[in-house]
Order: sequence, then C-alpha cells, then structure tokens
Amino acid sequence: MKLINHDQVLKKMSPRKWKNSVFKGLFMLATAFALVVLAILLYRIITQGIGYLDWQFLQSLPSRDPEQAGIKTALIGTIWLMGVVAPVTLILGVGTAIYLEEYASKNKFTSLIQINISNLAGVPSIVFGLLGLTVFVRALTLGTSVLAAGLTMSLLVLPIIIVASQEAIRSVPMELREASFGMGANKWQTIVRVVMPAALPGILTGAILALSRAIGETAPLVVLGLPLFLAFLPQSVFDMFTVLPMQIYNWTSRPQEEFHAVAAGGIIVLLVMLIVMNSIAVLIRNKFQKRY
Amino acid sequence: MSTLVAPKKEAADSLDNYKNLNDNNKVYQTKELNLWYGSNHALKQINLDIYENEVTAIIGPSGCGKSTYIKALNRMIEMVPSVKTSGEIQYRGRNIFDKRYGVEELRTKVGMVFQKPNPFPKSIYENVVYGPRIHGIRDKKVLNQIVEKSLKGAALWDEVKDRLQDNAYGLSGGQQQRLCIARCLAIEPDVILMDEPTSALDPISTLKVEELVQVLKKEYSIIIVTHNMQQAARISDRTAFFLNGEVVEFAETDKIFSNPTDKRTEDYITGRFG
Repeated sequence: MKLINHDQVLKKMSPRKWKNSVFKGLFMLATAFALVVLAILLYRIITQGIGYLDWQFLQSLPSRDPEQAGIKTALIGTIWLMGVVAPVTLILGVGTAIYLEEYASKNKFTSLIQINISNLAGVPSIVFGLLGLTVFVRALTLGTSVLAAGLTMSLLVLPIIIVASQEAIRSVPMELREASFGMGANKWQTIVRVVMPAALPGILTGAILALSRAIGETAPLVVLGLPLFLAFLPQSVFDMFTVLPMQIYNWTSRPQEEFHAVAAGGIIVLLVMLIVMNSIAVLIRNKFQKRY
Repeated sequence: MSTLVAPKKEAADSLDNYKNLNDNNKVYQTKELNLWYGSNHALKQINLDIYENEVTAIIGPSGCGKSTYIKALNRMIEMVPSVKTSGEIQYRGRNIFDKRYGVEELRTKVGMVFQKPNPFPKSIYENVVYGPRIHGIRDKKVLNQIVEKSLKGAALWDEVKDRLQDNAYGLSGGQQQRLCIARCLAIEPDVILMDEPTSALDPISTLKVEELVQVLKKEYSIIIVTHNMQQAARISDRTAFFLNGEVVEFAETDKIFSNPTDKRTEDYITGRFG
C-alpha cells in the first residue's frame, strides 16, 4: 500500500511554489530597503560635499569662513589617534586571545572572563567615554590628550579584536598543533610557528575592522571633552587634538548653510578612509585565506 | 602482495631468538597502565612490551582504547583535559610519566604520524625542516641534507625533488601522508608511532605506506594502530588485540592470526564482531 498519494502532492505543488516566490520577494525587498537608504545617503552627501573637496580642503586648518575651512587638524588628529589605538589594541587584544585560547585552562574563571569580554563588545560607547574621563583624563591627569583618547578608544574596540583573534586562533585545525607538539615543539614554538601564521589573516581582518570602528566613533570623545574647534596640530601624544567625526559634528551644528556642505565634504573623507581600510581587510583575508 | 607476506615469515622464525634476549631489546615496557577520561576507565591494567626494530600492530574495534594507548606512548594524550593515569610506561628504561621527564625530550625520540595527513600550510621543504628547526638546527647545509635524507626515507624524494618550494597542500593525500612520515623522520627518532596512517588513503597509497613501513623497521621501531586486520597481518611482527580497554592477547602476528589463544581474538579476526 502506498502512503503517499502523488496526485494530491501534485495538486498542492503550485501553492507551494507561490509561497516560495513570495518569501523570496520579501527578503529581496528587505535587502533593497537598506541599499536604497544607503544610496540616498551617499547621493546627498556626495552632491553636497564634492564641491568643497579639493587638495586645499585637506590642507587647511578650520576657519570661521566656510570657503577657507579645511580638515587638516582633524585628519592629522585621526591619524594620531590611530597611532595610539593600533599598537595598544593589537598587543593587548592578540595577547589576551592567545592566552585565553592556548594557555588558559577551561574553568569557571576563564568562562567568566569570556562572557565579560563578549558583553563588553555590546556596552554603549558613551559608557567607555565616561570611564575614560574618570580614569585617563582625571585620575591619571592626561587631560583631553591624544593618549587619553587613544586609550579610551582602545578599551572600546578591544573586545572586537579579542573576539576576532580568538575565532581566528580557534579555526586553526587541532591537527596542525598536534603535528607540531608531536615533534617535540613546546607551546610557544607552536604558537609562533604554526598557530599565528595560520591565524594572522583573521587577526588582521579583526584589527582593521576594530580600527574602522575607532575612526568613526564620536560619543566617547565628546564625553572626554575633545575640542570642537582647534587651529593647531598636536606635537606629541600629550597634546590636545580633534578627530574627523568631531570636526564633522562641529560643522553640522553651525547655523550657516555653507558649513553643512563643508561637513558633507568631511564625511566623504571619512567614508573614503573607512572604505579603504575595509577593502584592505577584505584583500588580506582573500590573499592569505588558506584551506585546510 | 606476496612480497609483503614473505619477509614476515622470516621475521616470525627469528622471533624465537628474541625470547632469549633481555630487556635491552625492549623499547617500551608498559606496566599496569590505567587511564581515565574523567570517570571513563579507558585503559585497564595494560601490560605490553614493544620490541626494537619490529612493527607492532595494535588492532581492535572502535573505542577499544588502541588510539588512546598509542597517544599515551608520547604523552600526546595529555592534550585532552581531565586525563588521569596510573602505572608506568617505560621508554628505554625510564618512566615517561616521571615529572622530571620532559615531554619535549620524549617526543624528539618518539615521532608520530597521524590518521589524517596533517602537513603544515607551508612548502614541502619547510614542512620537513620544521622539526630540526624547532630543535635549533640552523645550518642551511645540514637542513638541506636532512630534507633529502628524510624525503628519500619516506620514498617521496623522486616525486618532489624538483618542487620543494611548492606548498604541501598541492600534494595528493598519499603524498601528504608520506611527507608527514618524512617530517617525522627528519627529527631522527627512535620510535615511530602511527595512528591509523592509511585510513584516509586510497589502496595504492596505502600499499606504498605499507611497503615503506617494511623498510623503515630496519632502522626504527614502529607501532601502528590499524582498523585493517589484513594490514596488521601483512606488515607487523607482533600484534596486540585490544578490547574494551584491555589487552586481550599479545603475541607474534602469525600466532594471533593462525592460532589465537583467546576466543574473543578469534571472533574478532574472523569477523564475527567489530
């Protein structure tokens, strides 16, 4: 006796197909929505700001006159900030990831640390700003310096780089470690010669994504009290400075219409920087991606 | 195939001589070894001796503890957390579980070839010199000699000598496994542990590895875990049959396969279970 009536199955076939295409359409719409919003945003910013975008814009200090205003202090400030954030997060983040994945024994304490790191990634950035204000600006009396802001930003993006590095390290197959240990290599030799080379693309990708986040963040820097208008460049990590998002925020909050266009120019610079960095991340991932 | 069986007969004849020899011929002496994974008693009262320049096969059904045992021999088993042991494994007269016995030191003497070929994602050359480099050999000339000797030892030299700088992942599965054997030979070990080295290979590659084992035993003592009873019969001098974490029978391979003492061994090798 047959349990499946094939005539019945055929009869229900067309509603099934219809349902399939309806859902396909819905998901396409969801994707299109995000794309359309992004396209409108980009169109507005580019049409508004492109006129201000020239070599002089990148090389001028900020000014009260929109025609003269430039982005130099903010651009240089952002580079200074990266100069602090990149080494601090790489050293602390990769170190933490190596310890947690390779050395730490799996017990309640390490899983507590693990949960906390994951949770920190979700803490609002303004909270890190308050932390930075209390610890770095006031307690350590670093003031609103490059160093104070850099350390605050490092704390903010550390969880991202730790989690990314951990995943990269974890994805290195156990067999490779076994091969290394099997020949009498110790843990450090195995980490340096086998695990890190294999995990490097993942770690670098995470690092660049973390830095991109740090470039775009504004809230914690507002809390730290970074100046909105600064007409000189920092000479050391202990100097005052400002960054691209702060400068853009300053321009957009001015009443004159012209400054809004200048802000759009600044946004283009920021976006180009982010796109370049993300592209580098993708390139690294593709170039070094290995199959196991 | 017949060439593979023939030398085994000779080996069996000469086995009588071994009986008179003392412990110097024993590479490993396992004494009342017990091993637990947490509360799971995986190895029970193992007593087993491994002899020099012989191939010792370890057979048994899945989960019988044969892989656990071979991994205990170079203490690789300690990578699993919650492993506890009691009893002794003596390697050349020293208890390897002794706290003063450095595990790195042991593993320079006891190489291992794994079930799945696991070359590093580096060049063929870099794979072979990995071990020597770890142990501080930097002289280019010496390294080059090691590469040639090891690859020849693993019967791979002719196939790869013109592309030593190519990535090892470009090799076939069988070549990769022989590269892993070459990598193991590069540290000039005393013992080679092989954990089901042919289970991921095709029949021709398997045959090559088996032939290689026959050659290698002249210089090394080899312990091989295998699922394949014909393989054990073809290549080994002695065979240990493991069941449920115990050694049921350990004897010359000929005897195990022709005239086993224990009923369970007979059932297993005739294919009644497992």
